[in-house]
Amino acid sequence: MYMPIAGVDIFWPGLVLIGFSVGVIGGFFGMGGAWMVTPGLNILGFPMAFAIGTDMAHIAGKSMISTMRHAKFGNVDYKLGLFMVFGTFLGIECGAQLVMYLERLGRIDTVVRYVYVLFLALIAFMVFYDYAKAVKKKKAGVAEGERGTEGITWYKTFHKLNIPPMVHFKNAGFTCSAWLPAGVSFLTGVFAGFLGIGGGLFRMPALVYLIGCPTHIAVGTDLFEVMISGLYGAFTFSLKGRIELVAVFVMLTGAAIGAQIGTVATKYAKGYGIRIAFGIAVICCMISIILKQFGFSNSSAVMILSTIGLMCVYITAIMFKGAAAELREKKAAKQAGHPLS
Amino acid sequence: MRNLIKKGIWFVAGIGLCLPHLVWAGGEAATNLVVVADTRRVTGVLKYIADTYNTDPWLFAVWAVVITAAWGGILGFLMDFIMSRSGLDLRSRKIVEH
Repeated sequence: MYMPIAGVDIFWPGLVLIGFSVGVIGGFFGMGGAWMVTPGLNILGFPMAFAIGTDMAHIAGKSMISTMRHAKFGNVDYKLGLFMVFGTFLGIECGAQLVMYLERLGRIDTVVRYVYVLFLALIAFMVFYDYAKAVKKKKAGVAEGERGTEGITWYKTFHKLNIPPMVHFKNAGFTCSAWLPAGVSFLTGVFAGFLGIGGGLFRMPALVYLIGCPTHIAVGTDLFEVMISGLYGAFTFSLKGRIELVAVFVMLTGAAIGAQIGTVATKYAKGYGIRIAFGIAVICCMISIILKQFGFSNSSAVMILSTIGLMCVYITAIMFKGAAAELREKKAAKQAGHPLS
Repeated sequence: MRNLIKKGIWFVAGIGLCLPHLVWAGGEAATNLVVVADTRRVTGVLKYIADTYNTDPWLFAVWAVVITAAWGGILGFLMDFIMSRSGLDLRSRKIVEH
């Protein structure tokens, strides 16, 4: 298929496949997935400058589809999302300014990659430490609140901050100072702007560990935010002429199907199941960046593509297994004369 | 917790020590890239988009956002319609963390 703006012929089923895979993974983890799409587009033959802009627009459309589905489950806290959007934009601008400053000093790529790796390592550590702590607590018979046993509960300390205005977030189910989501989103925005990514990779764990969202709500709310920031990104990249609209449409078609699978799969997964799979994805992303930094670009691409493939299979299996069990249960209830609604 | 923070500080300090060239300057300047869409091989809507890209960046940016949002919305509603026929309960879920 000919891409008139990028001026290249692209294997279009490859675009559908990328869209589908990122739809599945993004819908399940609540992130845009730029770290997966950009190298994928590059491998298909897009120049890097176009890969980033095209990816940004695709992420906006894909997140819209996922947000619509998550909203039906009640997984989106729009109020929290809107509170965070402003902090995110401000943070992204500050991060971008920091990058421009470092660009004048030189070696920006190296700095960005090392910072990226450092933060991914911290996120992965946090996820697995949290899980280990939760397992230990569960074994000791400690159960906390409605959500069951939790490992890291830093958000409880942050919720005690009594700086007005205090805001209640209905879907997320907590009340906290408005400065908490604003501050956290600003910080994650700075990282996103500095690293040139959407920020879902940082925001999702931040929503869980620092703000105190249940995992499912964090996934849905983050996607809502990714949708808004993606549209903004699509606009700015379009102004710079770095977007291939034809590819966006083709990818979105695949993403529409993938997003349903990823989003519905969250219904059948426990919060910690999502967190652990997320942690593994973060580690794979980190390894791929390290490989790229040391000149192993092909190995890095293989690493990313393998991660995408395996994650897709895992999430799709959760969805179909869960859906089959639900349908069996409904059928059995119907036969017994007590149909489930 | 204090022990954990200590370990974290050592980890960050270790990375700083291992990578001294982080503070060295001397990168290359970024190059500006001017791209013109090739309108010779496309017709209809694609030709309009390519022409707009070449002549009016603002209009192109507005179209890019509007069309992306519209296409996302259409696909979302379409998939919602299809999924609602699957027999699954797509309006409720239990939040279980562990």
